[in-house]
Amino acid sequence: MGYSTAEIWMIILALGVGTFLIRFSFLGLPGRLRWPPLALRLLRYTPVAVIPGMVAPLVIWPAATDGTLDAPRMAAAVATLAVGLWRGSLLWAILAGAGTLALLLWLTG
Amino acid sequence: MADRSEASAFLRGMRDGAPFLLVVLPFGMVYGVIATEAGLSLAEVLGFSVLVIAGASQIAALQLMVEGAPAAVVLATALAINLRMAMYSAAIAPHLGGLPLGWRALVAYFLVDQTYARSALEYDRQAGMSLGQKAAYFLGMAMPVCLPWYFTTAAGALMGAGLPPGWGLDFAVPITFLAVVAPMLRTPAHWAAAVTSVVLALALWAVPFSLGLLIAACMAMAVGAAVESMQETRATR
Repeated sequence: MGYSTAEIWMIILALGVGTFLIRFSFLGLPGRLRWPPLALRLLRYTPVAVIPGMVAPLVIWPAATDGTLDAPRMAAAVATLAVGLWRGSLLWAILAGAGTLALLLWLTG
Repeated sequence: MADRSEASAFLRGMRDGAPFLLVVLPFGMVYGVIATEAGLSLAEVLGFSVLVIAGASQIAALQLMVEGAPAAVVLATALAINLRMAMYSAAIAPHLGGLPLGWRALVAYFLVDQTYARSALEYDRQAGMSLGQKAAYFLGMAMPVCLPWYFTTAAGALMGAGLPPGWGLDFAVPITFLAVVAPMLRTPAHWAAAVTSVVLALALWAVPFSLGLLIAACMAMAVGAAVESMQETRATR
């Protein structure tokens, strides 16, 4: 790596401070601040607006296969989503996804 | 925090956060291995994990450092990935904004994808929670979600490249995110937002600095809110 130890620590500190300020942004505002109804309505959809967009490229272009579509990983993603929708349970969804992936990677080994 | 109902909310948060251990353990170890292979010392790996606690941005920063990108690009890209947390901050502020400053700072430090998403789901389901109970639940959840991140990344760093690549540990991140999101898809508006997010994030993948994801997320929020408004109008007609 071309970075010196001092430079690496500068990057770590800057990233740590910057990330904290992002997280603190709205929490740091006066606590009794009232939000307009439209803002609250928009914010209700933040997780379903951000997380699927983060996941989609990871599923369709997995880094482990250099970005080519991969059947075991795709099947694991589908199993996670299906069980999560069916049971409404995070743990069962994770187990279904991890189990599917482990089984298919072993079979296709 | 001495109130009995707050103590039980803290424990409930810990219990509800425990399943995320299945994800934090492999993800943290994978990060530790990658970082060590990139040439970071144990102290530097831990520095990242304690000060940043954001796996995706930590991995992105590492990748760019290995490629020799300038520090400004490393920071801009990693922070762009974390900008979504401003939305979490805004979304959790109506629930926890009444806390004293020091507690709000502590909540901000622990505000990661899983603690935010699961707490927001809980506040939605349990309408009558007090401020103290909400804070206790959130901090309880941070115990199994955030603290093991330090130890597992350290363990990964110590193990070095000893992990077998054939286990599919690389896929722990998408699986955890999907498991978080699936139970949230309760209404057509949530579905519309999720589908918009996926389609636009893929279409805008080439936009630099991860801005494509942010644009996709803003549009998806608008779509979700619009569908909700349309349904309301239809219902009252």
